[in-house]
Amino acid sequence: MSRVRKLSVKSLTRVEGEGGLCVRVADGTVEIAEFNIYEPPRFFEKLVVGREVREVPDIVARICGICPVAYQMSACQALEQALGIETTPAIAALRRILYCGEWIQSHSLHVHLLDAPDFLGCESGFSMPPERAPFLERGLRMKQIGSRLIEVLGGRAVHPINVTVGGFYKSPPAAEVQALLPDLEWGIAAAEALVAEVACFEFPDFRQPHEYVAVRADDEYPMNHGRVVAMTVAGRRMLDIPVADYERHFRERQVPHSTALHSLIEPDGRAYLCGPLARMATSRDLLPPRARRAADASGIDWPSGNPFQAIVARAIELVAAFEEAARIAGDYAAPLAVPRIEYAAKAGEACHATEAPRGLLYHRYRIGDDGLIAAAAIVPPTSQNQARIEADLKAYLPTVLDRDDADATRRCEHLIRTYDPCISCATHFLRIER
Amino acid sequence: MPPRIAIYKFASCDGCQMQLLDAIGRARPQLGDLAAHLEIEHFLEARSRIGAGPYDVGFVEGSVSTPDDVERLEEIRRQCRFLVTIGACATAGGIQALRNWAHIDDFVAAVYAAPSFIESLATSTPIADHVAVDFELRGCPIDPGQLAQVISAFVVGRRPRLPGYAVCVECKAQGTVCVAVAKGIACLGPVTQAGCGAICPAHDRECFGCYGPDQSPNLVSLTGFYERHGASRESLGRLVQSFNAWAPEFRTEHDRLAASDGAPPT
Repeated sequence: MSRVRKLSVKSLTRVEGEGGLCVRVADGTVEIAEFNIYEPPRFFEKLVVGREVREVPDIVARICGICPVAYQMSACQALEQALGIETTPAIAALRRILYCGEWIQSHSLHVHLLDAPDFLGCESGFSMPPERAPFLERGLRMKQIGSRLIEVLGGRAVHPINVTVGGFYKSPPAAEVQALLPDLEWGIAAAEALVAEVACFEFPDFRQPHEYVAVRADDEYPMNHGRVVAMTVAGRRMLDIPVADYERHFRERQVPHSTALHSLIEPDGRAYLCGPLARMATSRDLLPPRARRAADASGIDWPSGNPFQAIVARAIELVAAFEEAARIAGDYAAPLAVPRIEYAAKAGEACHATEAPRGLLYHRYRIGDDGLIAAAAIVPPTSQNQARIEADLKAYLPTVLDRDDADATRRCEHLIRTYDPCISCATHFLRIER
Repeated sequence: MPPRIAIYKFASCDGCQMQLLDAIGRARPQLGDLAAHLEIEHFLEARSRIGAGPYDVGFVEGSVSTPDDVERLEEIRRQCRFLVTIGACATAGGIQALRNWAHIDDFVAAVYAAPSFIESLATSTPIADHVAVDFELRGCPIDPGQLAQVISAFVVGRRPRLPGYAVCVECKAQGTVCVAVAKGIACLGPVTQAGCGAICPAHDRECFGCYGPDQSPNLVSLTGFYERHGASRESLGRLVQSFNAWAPEFRTEHDRLAASDGAPPT
């Protein structure tokens, strides 16, 4: 008689959005390992059709309240290319510091409130043991600085209103940006200490043959621009393409147990991983100096194939984001004379990819002859990660099957959380070419 | 006994929950040490422990957009002594309510290859269309300061008092030059409820109605003014059809602008 074990979680906790977990093991063989996404779709790719170009950054921000800047950055730059306009290096610097704010608030939230509780054996940040209070307080302060940075550049912390196609509505006052410097300097040191602490967490011995996909730039750790690069955990470069070729190499596929599409690399349908581990694999050499030193001192042999170590990668990226923000804030002596490049709406089509906190975020837009959006395609990081998450879950299960159901389930939930899935992002898209 | 609160999510972006987390985490001056006096019993995004209901106050983010949502919402209503909606999705249906003007099958087929897997209602509707709501907190996203006021009001047992006047009042209070008058920008400030701090006009751009209609909006007069100053009916129709598109006053104005004769819909 076969012995069947089922583990399921109807609603995962400490993840952004609504998803579940479903596992079925028969006689020690994993038959089903699914990361279910059932959050209702909101159809954003359809919502932007018929809208004006200038409305798009405000609308796509609403895809995700945790990474609205990422959506604005991918959208603005895709639309600028479609319109044939070029922004200035000064605008690019302000975009980078704004994006740093989002990385800081998103990563510090995930590290301290969503992921660390699993390593520390508590159910949430609300019930961390008293000796961890400084850890939590430092994390909340980092998050607050990230939010403040977005407020200064974007007008408010969630769904910034100052971002537009061509640049910014208004260049922030120099005094407000300079006033952030002490906090940003504090943040670099705080994040360095964080790297040292989380690198000492106990990680399950679980190294997977990941293939990593991220944007890679020539000149800086990737955020706003670059080519799309795929690399194996062993360091073999599998792909190095301009963003314009993205849709020729990546395919989205619908599966019954998810309202998010799964994304795979063509031609052989390989699962892959985006996000901090992918960026650390493909652009570690471009980390700013203190982040680079923190990475080297972490004792982890990057690129790590261990999803549980993504928390260390996030902490290193916190160092990088604070460093970059401090550098740009220090250079910002006066508001830009030209905060945005004017344009006339005209027909065109273009795509762009940036690095959201959770990974590569691809947008493509077609502007019609009437100057309104005629078509849009958006591929968020979590739908790209979904197939790899399930493959890892399947590989991880045999290592926890000797434990009771509650413990095994808790460990599987922890694995899912390590990818920082943003389910709200993942479900709201998808497209079919007509 | 500290008040026991619960937080729920329907179709939405998480942004209002982020603001809530921020309000609690930052212990903003408005909230004081209130956070210490709350028991957060149900907040899936922030904690794994789920305390048993019933709860004193339930906060709901998101709109109703699937058949299951309606059932889940009715159970939530039974579990919460007071029910407060947070944000434009819960209060007015959100940006996803644009589907209410279209045929839902077109939307699903435009996005998914096998639409039969997808269960979706034809509409995205506010929470108050389905269950009784005790207070609606506006905004896309909500403001943490206003949220703190709502929480403290419920904790001490009084009704929250938030402004019902227009964004214009905030601009005047801050000394922001009117973008409509000085720059000819079509701005929804005169008909939009205050609460955001009038940040958009302060950044040289139009208010686009994140907080929904104010207490006595005169949309016909406002859009008529902008039309006389050169704005097209189509662009004005789009302006009122965003994050609070399904709020009755904005919806009516959109449909009036879209009608060929410009008459109010009957």
